[in-house]
Amino acid sequence: MPIEFTLNGKRQSVDVVPQMPLLWVLRDTLGLTGTKFGCGMALCGACTVHINGQPTRSCTLPISMIAGKSVTTIEGLSADNSHPIQKAWIEVDVPQCGYCQSGQIMSAAALLAKKANPTDADIDEAMRGNICRCGTYQEIREAIHRAAEHRTVSHPVEPVLQASIDARAAASASPTRSASATARSLREWRSDQAGGAQ
Amino acid sequence: MTTVIKLDRRNFLKGSAMVAGGLVLGFYLPDANEAEAQSAASATPVRMNAFIQIAPDDTVTMTIHKPEFGQGTVTSLSQLLAEELECDWKKVKTQFADTIDPMYMMGAPIQGVYGSTAIRTSWDPLRRAGAIACQMLIEAAAAKWGVQASDCRVENGTVVNMKTNARVTYGSVAEAASKLDITPRAYLKDPTTFKLIGKTIARLDTPDKVCGKTTFGIDVKLPGMLYASLERCPVSGGKVESFDATAAMKVPGFRYAVAISNGVAAVADNTWSALQCRKALKIEWDEGVNATASTASLKKMFADLVEKPGAEARKTGDAQAAVAAGAKKIEAVYEVPFLAHATMEPMNCTAVWSPNECQIWAGMQMQNISRNIAAKAAGLPVEKVLIHTQYMGGGFGRRGRQDFVQEAVEIAKAVSGGIPIKLTWTREDDMQNDGYRPMSRVKFTAALDANGSPTAWMVRVVAPSFTGMRNGVDNSAVGGVANIPYEIPNIAADYHAPYVTPDVLNDFRPVGFGIPIDYWRAPGANANAYYTESFIDELAVAAGKDPIEFRKPLLTKNPRLLATMELAAEKAGWEKPLPAGHFQGLATGGGSGSLSTQIAEISIEKGKVKIHRIVTAVDCGQIINPRGAVQQIESGIIFGIAQVLRGNITIDKGRVQQTNFHQYEPLRMDEVPKIEVYLMPNTNNPTGLGEHSNPHVVPAITNAVYKATGKRIRELPLRLAGLA
Repeated sequence: MPIEFTLNGKRQSVDVVPQMPLLWVLRDTLGLTGTKFGCGMALCGACTVHINGQPTRSCTLPISMIAGKSVTTIEGLSADNSHPIQKAWIEVDVPQCGYCQSGQIMSAAALLAKKANPTDADIDEAMRGNICRCGTYQEIREAIHRAAEHRTVSHPVEPVLQASIDARAAASASPTRSASATARSLREWRSDQAGGAQ
Repeated sequence: MTTVIKLDRRNFLKGSAMVAGGLVLGFYLPDANEAEAQSAASATPVRMNAFIQIAPDDTVTMTIHKPEFGQGTVTSLSQLLAEELECDWKKVKTQFADTIDPMYMMGAPIQGVYGSTAIRTSWDPLRRAGAIACQMLIEAAAAKWGVQASDCRVENGTVVNMKTNARVTYGSVAEAASKLDITPRAYLKDPTTFKLIGKTIARLDTPDKVCGKTTFGIDVKLPGMLYASLERCPVSGGKVESFDATAAMKVPGFRYAVAISNGVAAVADNTWSALQCRKALKIEWDEGVNATASTASLKKMFADLVEKPGAEARKTGDAQAAVAAGAKKIEAVYEVPFLAHATMEPMNCTAVWSPNECQIWAGMQMQNISRNIAAKAAGLPVEKVLIHTQYMGGGFGRRGRQDFVQEAVEIAKAVSGGIPIKLTWTREDDMQNDGYRPMSRVKFTAALDANGSPTAWMVRVVAPSFTGMRNGVDNSAVGGVANIPYEIPNIAADYHAPYVTPDVLNDFRPVGFGIPIDYWRAPGANANAYYTESFIDELAVAAGKDPIEFRKPLLTKNPRLLATMELAAEKAGWEKPLPAGHFQGLATGGGSGSLSTQIAEISIEKGKVKIHRIVTAVDCGQIINPRGAVQQIESGIIFGIAQVLRGNITIDKGRVQQTNFHQYEPLRMDEVPKIEVYLMPNTNNPTGLGEHSNPHVVPAITNAVYKATGKRIRELPLRLAGLA
């Protein structure tokens, strides 16, 4: 029996075995290969997608569990790399091999939706489930801080998240930024080193 | 300074006839890229040489001969080409080289990425390729205008007639330029005029990597493709005795079950089905010669060998006599375990086989070796094998091993009928069927004179061999402990190979006795830097000297290395007051041609090592892309920290005991220390960085642990001592 859900804002119906994890439905059945297979045990975060706005590991989640829910994958985060996290990722040039980055970005986007100005501790907490074997962690931290700096609430984030963002924006008119010494010194150092960088 | 370069234009054109535009594209291209391929085809690019194509719309397509796994070749190699070509950087596109051509091997027998050589070996040839193409474009424009080439200059993808100020774009003269038979007389640019080299240029592959668009090997999808999962013997080298697929055939999506040389493959309609079918297979194994191997038995074997003289690897002076005559004798035994590569993208390969042709799609570190192995598995001559290089989700040496290619081709051949088969390894497959960083053990004996200066350095290495033996010695295994940067008058080294596997570069290795081993980020050095830099630290302690003061007089002939030590010490605040409970350790040395010093700052919190800060000063000659360089160094440091804290692959009953990331844990976000990288740019030829920093962070940390605890760490990882 077909399972229906919302995928990147559009209605989607799939007829597969109900135990099949969402990851393989996305990759093999629907051809959305931006979401990656890394471990199959929800240990590495490469398969992270948003289910009703919450960052979720799709490799262990049977498709039957998402009937009627809203799924956002990396392909649905923005149409043109315009999400603040994607913009910051490009500015900082975060990816190396890039394989884990869809998952990193989905976790970071969910963090930013929940906390407009995440601290280093918030970043540790939100991102420690995503492994990067190339070790892009310093750049990820820097990019999340940078995205928080640029972010505007006018950006079309997922509707489910917009309500919580609006609520927090109303509650806190002047958020304090607590960029880490690490991120700051790295950035300063880089601008010194790069000289006439383009 | 202008360098006159020696050119042979034919060398740069050699590949052109073989690399016709749409040869390997079309029907078998992954779906997502079809539209792009069609639009690219309509632009009818003109091939200037093996590396550069220019389309009438001025798009410049660089052929990247060194596959990309994060180290930045797509961008940095394009920088080298574009610097001399003087094209418009905004119009640069890239494609991987998918033909095997000596042009792409840079004088080596391998077409691929290995040994941190991409920049080192491409530095001259790619700039020359850019310079020659530029000269051809100038001459074509000059002919068009009826002026001398010397009356023209180039600027951002256009040729300018300096007499009339007329301009033509590269795209409009490329066709004519490509037909010219010129006498190359191009000059390489003075480094002070570089516009791209030495600048932090944004990576060309980033935009696609932040929206899920990049196609890695695992993402390849072909029309009619089926999905495979392979059950291998749990003991390395074991073989299938018999199998029963009755239950597997009842799993939805089942298509085939086939026995191949390395196990039984389940082939199904999608990856998930293939995994379920595989689980339902019943297989009897002949576990073979490794069925009783264990970490404990190997340790005992290594420990016995380290007490016996081995094959001579180095003899300078008379170390035995110097030890006997020394004022102080110091001895120590060190060991390291097996390590897995654990790339984020598990191994995979897509293959299609017919009696006349075989094609493979995969992330490949060594493309010609992949082709050779595919040909052998396919039963076809190498000319009948087409390769399609994909982006790699990490490599670290793992994707030079060809097991996944061989398996995919064998399955495709068994299934036959021209059906494309994608074999995807699970994480468990990946962790349990690796070619591991070898376990090894070394014994040091050294002597100090009355002033505390070292007079003898003796080392015996016990390490399985995988890079080829010469006179009983594997140079990779002994290099970093026998050929040390320190001037010590008497040095002796000898070596035992507990087992030998054939060189991966010559053939796909058959597995005999012993746990499979292979190239792992900085082969040899990934253990030997730890050994050498730990033991030199022990000697400093025995001499009652500061580790830097002890090393300095031993490095007088290596001023560039010494300079990194001085800068790192200054930046890290060596010997300056540290926060309460913080301790620093240092390691220095060369690797991949680069030189650096690392200083680790740690504390012990609740009995565990906490790493606060790594400071490193690096001399890698001319830097191509500073941000890329820093990222490679950070990457290695983070890789090395996971290794020193808890990296450990263990064996029991011939089986690898670790299965997934809960048992073999890369570093995570909350564990990353502050990493400060100080590049020391200069105009020496560029040297390697991808494998430079992971070896030395290990002893920098263990030397700091010694300062903090008084305990010398002679066995890794730190978790074995309860410190992590």
